[in-house]
Amino acid sequence: MNFLKNLLTLRWITGRRVVIAVPFLWLTFAFLVPFLIVLRISFTEADNGGNPFGTLMTLVDGVVTLKVKIANYLFIAEDELYALTYLNSLKFAAITAALCLVIGYPFAYFMARAKPTVRPVLLMLVMMPFWTSFLLRIYAWKGILANHGILNNFLISIGAIGEPLHLMNTQFSLIVGMVYAYLPFMILPLYANLVKMDVRFLEAAADLGATPLQAFWRITVPLSKSGIIAGTMLVFIPAVGEYVIPELLGGPETLMIGRQLWDEFFTNNDWPLASSVTVVVILLILVPMAIFNKYKADQEARS
Amino acid sequence: MTIERAAEPFLLIRNLIKEFDGVRAVNDVSVAINKGEIFALLGSSGCGKSTLLRMLAGFETPTHGTITLGGKDIVGVPPYQRPINMMFQSYALFPHLSVWDNIAFGLRRDGLPKDEIAARVEQMLSLVQLGAYGKRKPHQLSGGQQQRVALARSLAKRPQLLLLDEPLGALDKKLRERTQMELVGIIEEVGVTCVMVTHDQDEAMSMATRIAVMSEGRILQFGAPGEIYETPNCRFVADFIGSVNLFNGSVSVDEPDHVIIDTPEGRHYVTHGITGTMGMPVSVAVRPEKIALQAEAPTLEQRAVAGEHGYNCVQGVVAGIAYFGNETSYHVQLDGGMVLKATRTNAARHDDSALKRDQRVFAWWDGADVVVLTR
Repeated sequence: MNFLKNLLTLRWITGRRVVIAVPFLWLTFAFLVPFLIVLRISFTEADNGGNPFGTLMTLVDGVVTLKVKIANYLFIAEDELYALTYLNSLKFAAITAALCLVIGYPFAYFMARAKPTVRPVLLMLVMMPFWTSFLLRIYAWKGILANHGILNNFLISIGAIGEPLHLMNTQFSLIVGMVYAYLPFMILPLYANLVKMDVRFLEAAADLGATPLQAFWRITVPLSKSGIIAGTMLVFIPAVGEYVIPELLGGPETLMIGRQLWDEFFTNNDWPLASSVTVVVILLILVPMAIFNKYKADQEARS
Repeated sequence: MTIERAAEPFLLIRNLIKEFDGVRAVNDVSVAINKGEIFALLGSSGCGKSTLLRMLAGFETPTHGTITLGGKDIVGVPPYQRPINMMFQSYALFPHLSVWDNIAFGLRRDGLPKDEIAARVEQMLSLVQLGAYGKRKPHQLSGGQQQRVALARSLAKRPQLLLLDEPLGALDKKLRERTQMELVGIIEEVGVTCVMVTHDQDEAMSMATRIAVMSEGRILQFGAPGEIYETPNCRFVADFIGSVNLFNGSVSVDEPDHVIIDTPEGRHYVTHGITGTMGMPVSVAVRPEKIALQAEAPTLEQRAVAGEHGYNCVQGVVAGIAYFGNETSYHVQLDGGMVLKATRTNAARHDDSALKRDQRVFAWWDGADVVVLTR
């Protein structure tokens, strides 16, 4: 009785609970529920008569029939094309993340060591590309890398090459586009980490006989580990499922899982198989994410 | 075998100047420090002492002047090639490395063989009595333990010169007193020459063999702790080190064996000569513990010590009392206008002569216990 009365007076709605509820509701309706729908579809039959997918559970004559079709997953596991596409996606995402790290680290480092008055300007310059449409920026690379594009014309004009290089629709053009698009996502967390670093650690290292290069590898890099991991994850995870960049800049040998998804959904109209492909992608992304979260939690528990 | 010439100081700083954007942080400083000395740079924040220390470590380049260590000029030598190690303020222990690895860091940079590194680290750990803590991370240690790790790390390379930047600043009072002794013990055991920077006069007085008092980029006075305290050479030093009563007045009698100084609070009879002229404005500095405070007028014997004709004796009313247990500090509102600080040691548990607030009191002192300051 008391419980019901308390419930009805709405006194349990406190500001603290409301604030906590907002992200929970968001994650529930924008992530968990859609994922469960996709998961459900992935276990059903493709129904070619009107509905793009069938039902999971039927009630006929008082008998509940649960029909779980795992053929889609078996198909994905058996078909070499899928394995190859997943591997390709992971490979290109990993190369992108690695190159972003190599290019982004010095970038972030010098931003963090710049005068405090200059830093906001540099930060703005890093984010400047976001002011232009993503599609437009990726499309612009076509003009740069094409056979008679800006880069080839320039190289021919200075006499570096005789024939135009075939750059477009290759692994090279794909990676250039991916690194270009994802670089800010590497730089920003690295910068946020490096700017907080106490320069006295570097002075202490120098004092103890470390050359600037040794101090960098022994002190700066280990201390920025969480920034490196955050940046790498921020680049790697979306890069795995990337569709637009491989579609515009990639070629026949750069088939990635985003493209495969598109084909299953819109060309073959096979929603259950497409859903299965999606679930596997999500698992591929969730596993490294979970490892990262565990690492972070361990680190926080230690300090 | 080389014979050490005592005349040649180990660390020699000559006419050192450091400017930041046209402002002189260190202004024409010259210091000579002998081997095995613990030398303290004492001053309030912004006096240039830290900048001076950073120039010794190599983190700042002097605008002008020379620094020689063991006869070699070290200006222009990068910090990682100097035979100098520093214990940083709040220690700057590497948070991602264990205590062991922190201490081994410098030895590894020197490329010493593994077993020698291990031996030295163990030796350092036992020196600072942290033998069991090698595997811990710095944040798992208490402030006092971190301080000892920092000391071990800076001593591990057996530097020719050890720099201490506010070595005890991050510790609480009780721990500080104990650590001061330990620190000096370890430094003397290792026998390293040491330059420390501190704003805490107790720290400087209790640890250093010699002190330089700094203000506004300049060194005002050098000396052993006792010299600095008992014979300050200017008002700033007298006031900065400990507590002091300054009577401002002028010289009215100037004899080789004594001077008499007139101040609004009374006449001062000083039993030593000064380098000054008649009528010159001077300050008489009297430390609070040199003053005798009593309810009754000084007796004949006491007046014989203080001086004839009521010299070195003032009267006033107790305006404030602060009890510290070992001693009691009194503020006496003098008839002349100024507030006199005086302390009485609480030698007995029950003091019948204890003074009360608003009580009329006499204060007198020996003319030999004062210092006359001309600047």
